[in-house]
Amino acid sequence: MSEQDQILNEVTTSEYKYGFYTDVESDKVPPGLNEDVIRLISAKKNEPEWMTEWRLDAYKIWQSMAEPEWANVTYTKPDFQAISYYSAPKKKQVNSLDEVDPELLKTFEKLGISLDEQKRLSGVAMDVVVDSVSVATTFKKTLAEKGIIFCSMSEAIQNHPELVKKYLGTVVPKTDNFYAALNSAVFTDGSFCYIPKGVRCPMELSTYFRINESGTGQFERTLVVADASSYVSYLEGCTAPQRDENQLHAAVVELIAMDDAEIKYSTVQNWFPGDAEGKGGVFNFVTKRGICERNAKISWTQVETGSAVTWKYPSCILKGDNSVGEFYSVAVTNNYQQADTGTKMIHLGKNTKSTIVSKGISAGHSHNSYRGLVRMGPRAVNARNFSQCDSLLMGDRCGAHTFPYIEVKHPSARMEHEATTSKIGEDQIFYCQQRGLGMEEAIALIVNGYCKDVLNQLPMEFAVEAQKLLAISLEGSVG
Amino acid sequence: MIEIVNLHASVDGQAILKGINLTMGAGEVHAMMGPNGSGKSTLSNVIAGREDYEITKGDILFNGESILELAPEERAHLGLFLSFQYPVEIPGVSVSNFIKTALNEMRKARGEEPLDASSMLKKMREKMDLLEMDKGFLSRSLNEGFSGGEKKRNEIFQMAMLEPKLAILDETDSGLDIDALRIVANGVNALRSSENAFMVITHYQRLLDYIVPDYVHVLLNGKIVKSGDKSLALELEERGYDWIKKEQA
Ligand SMILES: Nc1ncnc2c1ncn2[C@@H]1O[C@H](COP(=O)(O)OP(=O)(O)O)[C@@H](O)[C@H]1O
Ligand SMILES: [Mg+2]
Repeated sequence: MSEQDQILNEVTTSEYKYGFYTDVESDKVPPGLNEDVIRLISAKKNEPEWMTEWRLDAYKIWQSMAEPEWANVTYTKPDFQAISYYSAPKKKQVNSLDEVDPELLKTFEKLGISLDEQKRLSGVAMDVVVDSVSVATTFKKTLAEKGIIFCSMSEAIQNHPELVKKYLGTVVPKTDNFYAALNSAVFTDGSFCYIPKGVRCPMELSTYFRINESGTGQFERTLVVADASSYVSYLEGCTAPQRDENQLHAAVVELIAMDDAEIKYSTVQNWFPGDAEGKGGVFNFVTKRGICERNAKISWTQVETGSAVTWKYPSCILKGDNSVGEFYSVAVTNNYQQADTGTKMIHLGKNTKSTIVSKGISAGHSHNSYRGLVRMGPRAVNARNFSQCDSLLMGDRCGAHTFPYIEVKHPSARMEHEATTSKIGEDQIFYCQQRGLGMEEAIALIVNGYCKDVLNQLPMEFAVEAQKLLAISLEGSVG
Repeated sequence: MIEIVNLHASVDGQAILKGINLTMGAGEVHAMMGPNGSGKSTLSNVIAGREDYEITKGDILFNGESILELAPEERAHLGLFLSFQYPVEIPGVSVSNFIKTALNEMRKARGEEPLDASSMLKKMREKMDLLEMDKGFLSRSLNEGFSGGEKKRNEIFQMAMLEPKLAILDETDSGLDIDALRIVANGVNALRSSENAFMVITHYQRLLDYIVPDYVHVLLNGKIVKSGDKSLALELEERGYDWIKKEQA
């Protein structure tokens, strides 16, 4: 009960809370991209030849592609030759927290990430990515006993090459899109997770991403493989230090849910959105996709409050019969933020089901677009979709847009689509104020209520964090 | 407790309140009556601090201090409560979460610690029993899909939780059946003390049978045109407002 109060208490400052910079010496490649840089990254990471070739192939593909322009966002395109593609904290390969740079630990503290007993007791294992290289991983032992592999992508390439080779790029191929190709060429790290047959992962697996080095692009690569009849819940949370220049982020996440497996993937994203004038902020161009085999289920839940520009469509390929895809999303834009986000549900198998619940909240001068595709293929007998897309507007200078695309190739398919657009009511705010809530508290309460269906999908501790973020990111948006 | 002095208020340049004078002391119950559109809700909104209205003249003093410059929540923190004629829906926010948040905000403003979960729940139960409310009520989304009567009862529930100094009940009786009316009135009476005051806006004598007023006022065209004791309400019930309108003309 007191959590709510804590949240309200914390809704007091309007500065970007995680806008700080940790001064850690880093090992950084000079800006620019060419084959030599890719070879250098691969060499620094001591990768096998096949991996280097894979990257080079992706690079060739990327060179032949153009940056997509169909999204409802406008921004100055990044200069890909001005980005440094590799940066690793100099002190790496630590065995215990004592060996971690104290500055870094302080950063974690500020972010509220505790790698200590507290977190262990709450059952969270984390793979922390700081500027491209994982510096600390906890809980590996407990997981290992169950045969679960949870490690950085670099480690996976070293220690589990057969798994990486088998699955990497199978859901999001190198050719998929411009940013996915770029990521395939230059990804520096990320997380790898494998849950063996019939194993229920006993804890939430969690990765905290950070962008920490000035002018560094961040290209995470995440691969989650849930073998037959297994279950895993994966949490991804992001914060970035405040920066004046734009930072590019192009991650790729691939999920594979084999027969009867279930993957729950939750994201709270709070990268620097730029300041109130729209200066700075992270460009977030993410490709996330999962594939479901027979009776499998993939559930994406996201709370997106950060980034200057977001381009992101976590998707499900419902390949197996009776498979289920879910997408629950809250996307908040304030000031000059722009978000074009949504999902694709590709129904291939029989009796496949998908649910889409999208809550967009726009404030300030921001633009918030929902873009969703539901495709029901010729074999998708009795496929079902339910979509609910709501937009909430705060003030009259922002925009909400909905672009639903539907393709149905089988007559038995059924879809339901509901959409609403509402304005946060002065009546609602006054009502709350009359009961003693300040304007900011009132807005936080109303917005959290509006997002409840999505927040309910998040694991408890993440839900609390998400509520805070919603409140923080809407500060100063009304009145 | 509250002193309203020559209060003029307008919306979009149109005058609605045209010189209200009213003084209410602690322990008193005032009934405010008058035909539709005479300005009763406007008066309550203006006292509560709603922004849509422009105060063109006059003052509102609460315990001797002007509250015109205070935000609505600051007035609420002083102990002002408005039971809305049309309570709004807040989807996804449960009754319990809402009232908990409200009560703790009030406590914070008074420099008190938030109420711990078990005391909070105990208090909620107590007040719900008083108002003969169903337990399931607490987890419902605030006013969403509530019947008219449920909304009003929820307002009185919140009042009972917040224990205000001055409560304004804007047509709380409208939409209540006779049992609900009795229950709501009992709730109000249970709260009555020498420390607080009530302004009861109503069209009907039947509420005043239960909540017996010390004073009755008639608001007409933005002015209090007649005041009296409880017998005035009975007279209005019998004769309507026309005779007062004629007196004014
Ligand atoms: N926000 C508003 N905007 C425009 N007119 C208003 C507004 N509030 C009240 N009024 C007008 O003021 C008059 C008094 O309304 P109200 O105070 O609701 O009366 P009552 O509660 O006595 O029925 C009515 O003519 C109403 O239309
Ligand atoms: Mg009225």
